[in-house]
Amino acid sequence: MQRYILSRLIQSVFILFGVLLIVFFMLQLTGDPVSLMISRHATPEDVEALREELGFNRPVAVQFGSFIAGAVTGDFGKSLRHKQPAMDLILSRLPATIELAATALLLSLVLGIPLGLVAGSNPGSFWDLLSRGTGLLGQTIPNFWLALILVLVFSVHLGWFPTFGRDTWTVLGLTLPTRSVLLPAFSLSLFTMGQLVRFTRSAVMEIRSEDYVRTAYSKGIAHRKVYIRHILRNAAIPLISIVGVQFGYLLSGSIYIETIFSWPGLGNLLAESIGNRDFALVQAIAFFSSFVVVFLNLLTDIAYALADPRIRY
Amino acid sequence: MDKILEVTDLITRFHTFDGVVHALSGVSFHLYRGETLGVVGESGSGKSVTMMSLLHLLAAPPARIEGGRALYFGDNGPLDLLGLDTAGISRIRGGRMGFIFQDALSALNPVMTVGRQISETLVEHLGMTTARAWNRSVQLLDYVGIPEPGKRAAAYPHQFSGGMRQRAMIALAIACQPRVIIADEPTTALDVTVQAQIIDLVLRLKSEMNMSVIWITHDLGVVAGIADRVMVMYAGTVVETAPVDDLFYRPAHPYTIKLLGALPKIGQAGNYRLESIDGTPPDLLEKPSHCQFVWRCDHAGDRCWQDIPQNREISPGHQAACFFPFTDKGVR
Repeated sequence: MQRYILSRLIQSVFILFGVLLIVFFMLQLTGDPVSLMISRHATPEDVEALREELGFNRPVAVQFGSFIAGAVTGDFGKSLRHKQPAMDLILSRLPATIELAATALLLSLVLGIPLGLVAGSNPGSFWDLLSRGTGLLGQTIPNFWLALILVLVFSVHLGWFPTFGRDTWTVLGLTLPTRSVLLPAFSLSLFTMGQLVRFTRSAVMEIRSEDYVRTAYSKGIAHRKVYIRHILRNAAIPLISIVGVQFGYLLSGSIYIETIFSWPGLGNLLAESIGNRDFALVQAIAFFSSFVVVFLNLLTDIAYALADPRIRY
Repeated sequence: MDKILEVTDLITRFHTFDGVVHALSGVSFHLYRGETLGVVGESGSGKSVTMMSLLHLLAAPPARIEGGRALYFGDNGPLDLLGLDTAGISRIRGGRMGFIFQDALSALNPVMTVGRQISETLVEHLGMTTARAWNRSVQLLDYVGIPEPGKRAAAYPHQFSGGMRQRAMIALAIACQPRVIIADEPTTALDVTVQAQIIDLVLRLKSEMNMSVIWITHDLGVVAGIADRVMVMYAGTVVETAPVDDLFYRPAHPYTIKLLGALPKIGQAGNYRLESIDGTPPDLLEKPSHCQFVWRCDHAGDRCWQDIPQNREISPGHQAACFFPFTDKGVR
């Protein structure tokens, strides 16, 4: 196990290096970044001066070297617009995105898994119909459209939730979420929820007819215990990977949802920085999101090995 | 001899999209205390469906038990297994009747230790504490011949060899000292030496624990070696029941005769064709209205196309469902 974790860690380092490579050359591919940053009326001397200042006049290899050296220490340079280190900006936006992503994940787990379970155990029933409907709609409804409708109904007409923004509530120095997170989190959770419903349903349906479930019944184990110990336990294994992948996607921040709700998270920051051609910040966010995904995949693989004794590396 | 189980006219059907499958059309048999009953027949003849019907182990839908009676003679008098509710049948399953399945790899939960799978039964039926049940599981593993049982109890099924897994499966089935063991082709997936060990083990446990055994197989050789009586099934019916010697030396039903004829013979020269029974078993989607073997039978008469033959006595303890059974005096 330790050897497996070590080798996966080394792999992850290589993946992240590849990400850095792409992130760096992404900037080179857009042409001369300086001409995009500077006013159209600037003199050639001004352009040259800025190029000198930002280090774009150095050979590409040297630029890449200093980029990597900075990236390893979390230094992606200063945001051109905010005049602050890019990483600091990301870290300041991170709590909002974590709050949103965690709430969305929690909602999709709490609603999706029980629905999938009930549906999988009673194929053809009302709950099964509901679960298939949820699975289909969750994965096909564009979440930005749904978000607007939700705002219209629940915020504008009913006034139950704020229309935008993040309110927090501080108790004993802890920052706690308020109901302002619910609408964006629900809109964001729908896709993951749909996937969880579908996978849980099909996993339960498949495992229900496994030989070992019949064995459990043949031992005289009560229905409820067979479900919990034999069916759920086995159905949980494929769900681990979905939860891992989806949480990575949620944590990278959703551009649409955060923009619609003016949620001060990473997605919002990314949208803003792309609009401003704030290259250092875009690079930093791209790398940070990849880092989160790689890290969560690593955790997922480890969780897999812990949950399924047949997997041994 | 005392009966422990008496099944009468068991009818099980599967309601599928293609129509009604007549899986069992009136199966009757009984099991004496302390005996081993061999159940033979080809795939789809209803051997497993019969036994699973008794314990309500078939998935419903599509399966439905539509008739019959299955009396279990326990300490508190006869009990109709087919009429029991979920709680009632759960007490029988594992507690009074243990099931040994064919493929122990798929029949054991892959993510639960073998020890836990055994103790689970003990906790359920005997109300043991988890710790006591675990100790008992280790004893049981030792009892069925698994070396280092303490260590093996904490292992998962995939860490066992095929033969060991089947031993663990047996330990699980006998954990609560059931009166009846139903072994559903327990040796089919094993190689011959391991097969012999498993057979010896079950027979040893049977005599030590004073159990009755129903042994489902399509290996006539195994049946000859272990069974006291044999029941032959064909297309969802019992076609012949006889003490083991009668069945092998004086078979009465044409199907049994052909089945025995299809066995390879010792002493025959190397290069010969094995005999086979022409034709295929009938389509169970059609409701039987006459003898189900009639298409493949060499001796069928007009009557065989008109009526369903019932089991009748050929000699004491020997029954066949045939209008023209073979007897010592030739065809009757």
